[in-house]
Amino acid sequence: MSQHGDQVEHEVQDVSSDPHRPPLPPRPSTLSFFQDGSKPNTSSRPPTRAGLVSRATTALSVADANAFSSGSVRNLRSVSSQNISSPSRSKSASRTASETADDSSIRSLELSSEHAQEQDSIFGEAFHNKRSDDFGLDSGFLSTNEAREETELVPQVDFDQEFADVPDEHDDDELAHNLWKAKKKHFLILSAAGKPIYTRHGSDAIISSYVGIIQTIISAYTSWDNQLRSFLADDTKFVILSQTNLFLVAISTLPESEVQLRAQLDALYMQILSTLTLPTLSHIFSVRPSTDLRRPLQGTEVLLSALADSFTRGSPSTLLTSLESLRMRKAHRKIINDTMVKARVDDLLYGLIVAGGRLVSVIRPKKHSLHPGDLQLIFNMLFEAEGIKAGGGESFLPICLPGFNNRGYLYMYVSFLDVASEAVRELDIDEKIAKEDAVAIILLSANKESFEDLQSMKSYLIHELRKNGSMKVIHRAVQNGRPLPTDIVPGTALRHFLYKSKGNVQFFMPSFEAQFSDSQSRRQLFSIYGLLHASVHAKFATVKVQHMVNTTCSALAWVTPMFELYCIASAGTPRNALAQNANKVVQYIQREEERIFLIGGATF
Amino acid sequence: MSNPASATTAKPSSSVKLVLLGEAAVGKSSLVLRFVNNDFQENKEPTIGAAFLTQKIQLSNRVIKFEIWDTAGQERFASLAPMYYRNAQAALVVYDLTKPTSLTKAKHWVAELQRQASPGIVIALVGNKLDLCAEVSNSDANTPAPSEADSEAVETEEAEATEGGDARKVPTREAKAYAEEESLLFFETSAKAGTNVSDVFRAIANAIPEKELKPGKGTGAGRGTDSAISNAAGSAGQATVNLTDRAKQQKDNCAC
Ligand SMILES: Nc1nc2c(ncn2[C@@H]2O[C@H](COP(=O)(O)OP(=O)(O)O)[C@@H](O)[C@H]2O)c(=O)[nH]1
Ligand SMILES: [Mg+2]
Repeated sequence: MSQHGDQVEHEVQDVSSDPHRPPLPPRPSTLSFFQDGSKPNTSSRPPTRAGLVSRATTALSVADANAFSSGSVRNLRSVSSQNISSPSRSKSASRTASETADDSSIRSLELSSEHAQEQDSIFGEAFHNKRSDDFGLDSGFLSTNEAREETELVPQVDFDQEFADVPDEHDDDELAHNLWKAKKKHFLILSAAGKPIYTRHGSDAIISSYVGIIQTIISAYTSWDNQLRSFLADDTKFVILSQTNLFLVAISTLPESEVQLRAQLDALYMQILSTLTLPTLSHIFSVRPSTDLRRPLQGTEVLLSALADSFTRGSPSTLLTSLESLRMRKAHRKIINDTMVKARVDDLLYGLIVAGGRLVSVIRPKKHSLHPGDLQLIFNMLFEAEGIKAGGGESFLPICLPGFNNRGYLYMYVSFLDVASEAVRELDIDEKIAKEDAVAIILLSANKESFEDLQSMKSYLIHELRKNGSMKVIHRAVQNGRPLPTDIVPGTALRHFLYKSKGNVQFFMPSFEAQFSDSQSRRQLFSIYGLLHASVHAKFATVKVQHMVNTTCSALAWVTPMFELYCIASAGTPRNALAQNANKVVQYIQREEERIFLIGGATF
Repeated sequence: MSNPASATTAKPSSSVKLVLLGEAAVGKSSLVLRFVNNDFQENKEPTIGAAFLTQKIQLSNRVIKFEIWDTAGQERFASLAPMYYRNAQAALVVYDLTKPTSLTKAKHWVAELQRQASPGIVIALVGNKLDLCAEVSNSDANTPAPSEADSEAVETEEAEATEGGDARKVPTREAKAYAEEESLLFFETSAKAGTNVSDVFRAIANAIPEKELKPGKGTGAGRGTDSAISNAAGSAGQATVNLTDRAKQQKDNCAC
């Protein structure tokens, strides 16, 4: 996400100033973990633990927080307070905030909710103010005027309704349109010529009028030499991504920022690119601009829809543009890496082991890096959609990894195993197992004749991993699941948090258990994360610490060159308690860094 | 080498590499699912790339282990097809009985196989979704449609049903005549109802002469650790089956 946050965006961008758009969406730079050698740069991990501690402060104090901002020290304690009355206005509001208070590094945001039922539906009160007396911090820290305003903060999403099919128009015209409009979120993809290519909801007949309107609006701007990037209509946000003769459109009434929606559209575009490659995509339209892309994309719709739905539910990996690793001892991970290197066949380019949707091991040749965006694409294909997993034990498919080479295919061998039991067995055809229980061995090659070699590598690898006890290690790590916030910081008031290590392009989070186990409350959680994330990634934002209070929660965003941390505690948790807890989380993660994150992979 | 199958059965065991080809959504994956798991799913996820599966069947005198490539029918994967059929000893070319264009596509696949695949490859032409077709009035088709070719099943399909819930668009006679001309095994199946599915695989197994079968993990594409340790290299190109009397074989084994 940082790649968007850093760049200054305009709602309407002048096309002439950017005549050659890059073929790929921007992505995080390739960082030390994925690169040959580890050349530390400003945003990558310092080589030593000592260096890390000295750079990323473990004490969240006013002075420390300010150390990351270029603002002056003068106004440290005059903290501006910002009331946001509606999520749809949050962007302009936060911009005002950063413009008016751009020398203050700490900003407080006051949010409240008019939905009484939400007050206890998301956050329990068990730790309400419990430890507030334990902290003798200066009350001037992060002080703000607490004014509450009625706002519609986090809308509820009925997922059954949201994901239900829209009936065909000829059955009941009005009903179909009303159901279509009732969806909280739409994704549409159309060709520059205005042909519908993909819609998450509704048939062609239903969407045709909307597609027509959207295309008219977009092309009006294009004819004025401008590029329309987003607009608001009431509470509905429209974001448009134009890429290679395609318009990808997100329409959302959820509290999401343009940056966040654009990252989602980028992910959909990457999926299309990985199916077709860039030259094919350009060629198709240069030959015949009116081409119906549905045919060449046949079979990709399910992947797009699975991705779209994961965004609607709330996706930490897309919000943070990073991946999660399976926590294990450094020595155990090394054994797995070494085993994979030992098992490798000549044609292997990249080898990955992923368990429960989390990265276990990566191996790659010394001369080729692995782009985080490509990894994310593979994760999306394998874990957000059922298609490949349902194919049976093993699959082999061509895939374009745009970060590696957007002009051609690699060949991906995938084998799914079930680690629910100690035995770790291969899957039967069409066996449905939870994402959490699936282990995938993913082997990529540039040679399309490599199936048998990759398959024998997989078999050997599994054999060796069993023999040296690594399968048990993976099984146990998956079964242990993610820790609870209270396992990390005993007695903490934190309900949940997201920590992104910028250098490793990986994130860490505690379990969703108890509080956020159902999709409703998880969606609400991610709506709050979305708001926090948007506030620290807003245009011109200089804010590095963002505190947010509403009637359901007290939340904090903290951004440094090393990490981003978003944490959420029950309503009424005092700011200083929140800050203390945030500190402890950071301390814990720095202590456990080499277990939590996959650092440096293995090369051959 | 401990092959569990040969340990428990006295019969010799051999591997047969088989590829499924045909337009998307004709029911290739569903046929495999029926054959391997005796199961059916109304809303099957489309195959991406190709899936590799294995399934054993017991014949009277031997065990055949099918190593099955279930390919995706999408156009963009067409260029990959040769690597799946190159060393195949058998191919199942599938079309949808309710969709005439799918038979045209099937004929293209047959022609390509005859041109490019191993000369002895056993090809079965399979018309699927028989459950959507009315009970055969046609005397020369002896593959009975399941009694519950019900209207409910028809509704879930795109194919518009004609009178009496019959969505058949490809007459048995037409496809069968073509299959005979090209010396193909021919079946009409329903993956949904299970009609004729195991028969197809059985007929293919029988159509491959015993002397041509490689014992054990012939093509090296096994799944277990055994096959891992036995090197996969050098296994390519050994699966050439010379089936000169395929036409005769077909008469013996065809269910039509
Ligand atoms: N009625 C009926 N539907 C079938 C049959 N076989 C497959 N289908 C359906 O046809 C669709 C496509 O099947 P699939 O196996 O994915 O086709 P493939 O693309 O050739 O692998 C799915 O919705 C299946 O449920 C059949 O024998 N009868
Ligand atoms: Mg299929």
